[in-house]
Amino acid sequence: METQTLNKKEVAEKTQRITGCEAVVRSLIAEGVDILYGYPGGAIMPVYDELYKFQDQIHHVLTRHEQGAAHAAQGFARISGRVGVALATSGPGATNLITGIADAQIDSTPVVCITGQVASHLLGSDAFQETDIVGISTPVTKWNCQVTKAEDIPAAIAKAFYIAKSGRPGPVLVDITKDAQFGELDFKYEKCKGVRSYLPVPKTSQDAVNAAAELINAAKKPMIVWGQGVILGEAEAELKAVVEKAGIPSAWTILGASALESSHPLNVGMVGMHGNYGPNKLTNECDVLIAIGMRFDDRVTGDLNTYAKQAKVIHFDIDPAEINKNVQSDVAVLGNSKESLAMLFDALNENSHEAWLQEFRDLYQVEFDSVINKDLNPTKQGLTMGEVIKQINIQTEGHAAIVTDVGQHQMIACRYADFKMSKSNITSGGLGTMGFALPAAIGAKMAAPDREVVAVIGDGGFQMNIQELGTIFQQKVPVKIVVLNNEFLGMVRQWQQLFFDKRYASTEMTNPDFVTIAKGYQIEGKRVSNRKDMEAAVKEMIASENSYFLEVCVEKEDNVFPMIPSGASVSDVRLS
Amino acid sequence: MSEDIKTFTISVYTENNIGLLNRISAIFQRRHINIESLTTSQSEIDGVNRFVIVVNVTKTNAEKIVKQIEKQVETIKAYYHTDEETIFTESCMFKIKSELLFEEPQIQNIIKESNTRIVTVNKEFFVLEKSGRRNEIESLRRDLNVFGIMQFVRSGRIAVTKDEMKITELLSAFNNQ
Repeated sequence: METQTLNKKEVAEKTQRITGCEAVVRSLIAEGVDILYGYPGGAIMPVYDELYKFQDQIHHVLTRHEQGAAHAAQGFARISGRVGVALATSGPGATNLITGIADAQIDSTPVVCITGQVASHLLGSDAFQETDIVGISTPVTKWNCQVTKAEDIPAAIAKAFYIAKSGRPGPVLVDITKDAQFGELDFKYEKCKGVRSYLPVPKTSQDAVNAAAELINAAKKPMIVWGQGVILGEAEAELKAVVEKAGIPSAWTILGASALESSHPLNVGMVGMHGNYGPNKLTNECDVLIAIGMRFDDRVTGDLNTYAKQAKVIHFDIDPAEINKNVQSDVAVLGNSKESLAMLFDALNENSHEAWLQEFRDLYQVEFDSVINKDLNPTKQGLTMGEVIKQINIQTEGHAAIVTDVGQHQMIACRYADFKMSKSNITSGGLGTMGFALPAAIGAKMAAPDREVVAVIGDGGFQMNIQELGTIFQQKVPVKIVVLNNEFLGMVRQWQQLFFDKRYASTEMTNPDFVTIAKGYQIEGKRVSNRKDMEAAVKEMIASENSYFLEVCVEKEDNVFPMIPSGASVSDVRLS
Repeated sequence: MSEDIKTFTISVYTENNIGLLNRISAIFQRRHINIESLTTSQSEIDGVNRFVIVVNVTKTNAEKIVKQIEKQVETIKAYYHTDEETIFTESCMFKIKSELLFEEPQIQNIIKESNTRIVTVNKEFFVLEKSGRRNEIESLRRDLNVFGIMQFVRSGRIAVTKDEMKITELLSAFNNQ
């Protein structure tokens, strides 16, 4: 087999007359890409032909569906902080990426998608496998473009990587016509260092930081809610320093999970629809609410008319469009969280709020007695999702990266996972994409082979991208898969029970034999339906050096509590 | 307390790139905001385009829309202004049967009194052009409607602000970052 090996410097500096498709591959190598996910097809075949030549340098992972490629690229990006790359052909190949792109957009994940396109003379003619992917992806990309000339390829890819990763990250799509892939150019790669009209990180104002510090220093009941902006800004240490210096009870949004270890005494839990009782209730009692790198999503705020009305609101964010979008802030601190939190740290007084913190502890006890204890230490016969997560915590000693799908299991996993290190919670937050976890876990494990990656998935979401078992099999990705099977689309069923008079319209699932399916892909598997077998099964799964499939048959009609009913106030959080 | 809906002129300076119109109009579409008029053209700076978009929204919404527009990578700067803060105009053209010009002396009076310009006259039709505020154009249309209008077209609003917009300075700041 003929292969080429070039170092990044050679790729970038050596001017050569090459084809557009070779320019695509060389541009990716120059950006440090060593793995990408995709699916070949007519309009992208020239690039695949080049990948064959450069396979010593770029490992292409053939997913079984382009949606899988997009999610795998997301999982890769989320755990590594690097840009994930997905490749697809024109038409259906490109449109199949869209769900993953939309997911990456709302969860600020840096992904570059490269799609092939019909030859430029056919554009707009409804040619075979032609879709206007630039038009289709416009609302769900941070930036996109179509390249119709070979000589424009390196600059477009350089710009794509810069935009995807800088400032508030996001997905970018570059669509390249087939004639541009076949055309020739004098190739020299220059990394993009800036785009006129694009200011990725607004400057942090010292005055704004001082104003924030003044409010925090004077606060009697301050409360922090941090989001993924802390992780994206690599500001975990700065967050911890601020929290500890000012002694502030701190809660997290679902995408902020793991930025501060779960067991930290000032970590008071998750906010939002299925968040913890204390931080939700006390949002409406704090006197200063400090939002850091979070966007006041409606799942977090509930009814905006009653959300934290008594509090002065301080909002730290890199994106000016988030300021006052949903919640009016009294002080806005723009900029990268790493810098702004470091500046805040200097301006803060050392403090503690023991009585205020005790209020969180008291409410935690209420939640523990009525919900948590029953979930983690059940006495009824049926298995709970919570006890499975608890067992994973025990067996991985809290060091696993948990990749979750969407639904009840997701809320349970996020609530009960014991996160000891950052970037340990990979989930579809904003879009709520069922089918996310299995391919995202593949990307995560390939990006962080030394970490234990456990995909926790419901029986519904598992079947939405079940074909990616084939990718796991072919690539030998030692990802651990736990399907929590309640034979229902559990979260929808819960809503039907609570708000639609138990009319379980199309939510009950007759499932196949998942273990046999996994075995068909040569993935070792086990089904557990008794409590006595669960510990050993999880232990066996974690001990396995290969991929492993574990199906746990859980109680069919368990509900996830606490819960803030849709549109209700955070103070109306229900425990049952 | 609910805010008043007012007319705002949103001015957007952008790079001259394909697809940006799509991105910007999608921001309005997602929020179900009807665009009353939209004009795009070159601006005073080479390679920089300007959108002038008229919408009826609350001030809070205008502010949020402008932030979302500015978030687009190729947007240099976006502003929103009330009618009082801008100097604005629209253009229109009327195509009318030529015989009316000679048979209806009232038409000649209308043309004279409204400062309307005759662009062309031939045997079949003549064409009038007028620039002005929406109400002036609408009033002219009402007057001419009585006689029959073969074709009517009105442009979107074009506007300049009373205050300075320091785009050149902004561009140099971007270039120097």
